[in-house]
Amino acid sequence: MTTVSNLKHNKVVRKIVQISYLTFLFGSLMITTLSAAETDGRWHEIKTSLFGDRAIKDGEDVIGLETPYRALDAAVVPISIESKITQNQNNYIKSLYLVIDNNPSPIAAVFHFPGKHNWQSLSTRVRVNAYTDLRVIAEINDGNIYMVNNYVKASGGCSAPSLKDPAAAAAHLGKIKLKLPKASNLGDLLSTQLLIKHPNSSGLQFDQISRQYIPANFIRSIQVTFNDEVVFTADSDISISEDPSIHFGFSPEEEGILKVEVKDSTGRTFNHSVDLPNQEKG
Amino acid sequence: MIKHRLRGELNRWHSLRLRTLVVMLLLCLDTGILKAQPSEFMEIAPGIYLRPGIQQNFASHNRGHIANIGFIVGKQAVAVIDTGSSYQEGLTLRRAIREITALPIQYVILTHMHPDHTLGAAAFDQDAPVYIGHAQLKDALIRRQTHYLDRLKEVLGSTTEGTRLVLPSAGVEVGRAVRLELGDRILELQAYPTAHTNNDLSVYDRNSGTLWLSDLLFVERIPVVDGSLLGWLGVIDYLDQSEAKRVVPGHGPVVTEWKASLADQRRYLDALLSGIRGIVRQNGTIEQAIEQVGQEEKDNWLLFDEYHGRNVTASFVELEWE
Ligand SMILES: [Zn+2]
Repeated sequence: MTTVSNLKHNKVVRKIVQISYLTFLFGSLMITTLSAAETDGRWHEIKTSLFGDRAIKDGEDVIGLETPYRALDAAVVPISIESKITQNQNNYIKSLYLVIDNNPSPIAAVFHFPGKHNWQSLSTRVRVNAYTDLRVIAEINDGNIYMVNNYVKASGGCSAPSLKDPAAAAAHLGKIKLKLPKASNLGDLLSTQLLIKHPNSSGLQFDQISRQYIPANFIRSIQVTFNDEVVFTADSDISISEDPSIHFGFSPEEEGILKVEVKDSTGRTFNHSVDLPNQEKG
Repeated sequence: MIKHRLRGELNRWHSLRLRTLVVMLLLCLDTGILKAQPSEFMEIAPGIYLRPGIQQNFASHNRGHIANIGFIVGKQAVAVIDTGSSYQEGLTLRRAIREITALPIQYVILTHMHPDHTLGAAAFDQDAPVYIGHAQLKDALIRRQTHYLDRLKEVLGSTTEGTRLVLPSAGVEVGRAVRLELGDRILELQAYPTAHTNNDLSVYDRNSGTLWLSDLLFVERIPVVDGSLLGWLGVIDYLDQSEAKRVVPGHGPVVTEWKASLADQRRYLDALLSGIRGIVRQNGTIEQAIEQVGQEEKDNWLLFDEYHGRNVTASFVELEWE
């Protein structure tokens, strides 16, 4: 269920996501090398906009975060988040913020969980433009906020956080896959991968060199439900890699339908569903 | 005159090494910047000059001179093939051309988007050439311009002043080769479907049977997948039909027994393909693939540790959609 405070919260986040996106589009906020002070300044700004002056505690006992030491492919940096608490209806991660300080659009995604399903891990892939802190901030249902962060070195040489083949991306746009374990029983924690074929691209500003404008085209929200109850929702942005992938876990206690609904910045909606515990239909 | 010395040399070719004499141009005296690395241009076939790239990663100690760049001289005009990583490297190349000929530099061919091939192009603005590349090169460069220029500045600092992006003024479509006439010398430009990148172009010089493949072929240095693994394997099949006498790779020495080099590259890419497919089939992750796939190729390639994980990552996200 969405509470009133949750709604307000979502709105604020969306606003920040939008602002940072607009800055990317029209400003020249492509900062590659930032001094320590600038970096801290950036995080301070993001933090204030997301959480005001609420205290953020060290999250070491609450969440684990695995990132590569160096981004190998700037366009696809796999990250993995682990819940160190056993989640139940009385104690669960309500929201999970994924922040990449030095990306043009630093708030990569915000996940919301209803607390009905235990989960142990969540992974996705992000773009990393520059040397940066990558943070995961968990808001627990009791109102406490915890953070962990890792430093990620940018990738070398010719690796850019851009689309590799825009024509191919356009050709398959909107395809969705749900990959589930080959065999499972009711009640098992299912490790599930959601894959969405989408360029998730920032577009390009009109500029002096190119005289060219490529409209933005990225996924704004993802909702996963099981028998119409939310498993998680995510507000996302251009820092999530092309063809977004989300590995998540949940335990279906009954047979039913796992559904995905994806909305993008151009107003399109994409749907997909599978029957559980059966395998994906062709 | 260097020119005359070169001509004399041309008659005495036996091996690549002999052919390689050539223009130890001490071009760097006036700038001071490049003093540590006099640029060596070799005439690899009559009228085809190459400055071999250093087989290292892009770094300040090699000034980004890592790609093979060069030029082809006809009776009436010159065509440049790739321009190096910076305005300064482009100027070095231009000076090398002027040591050899005063003919107009009519074409600057950009074989693909990567910064070690494209970012020296501004050095030729004074010649008002046709900048030509794959039809998709322009879009690819625009998408990456800020990133490439930022990274260049980060690695090479202020010595790259003047470097800017030059967008191609002409494009070659896949399946529609373009001929450039240099005077008694025709170059055939061919664009490829997505392979090393989505904007790869080759240059074939009929007179000498030289096929300039640029980064469609890596020799000794590990290939970089920045387009499509499956696409590249398809292009390799196609290239294998070619009867070119010699091939200029984007990195590594010019090869006459080039089919063996092409086969080496295929073997590596095939290892990626079969290894990653196996892991995708078991719902495995990118991290597992990075650890497990293609490790047997480690000793076969320079810079394996720097690029292999990246290749696995890029190929994984392609293959999980098969
Ligand atoms: Zn390249």
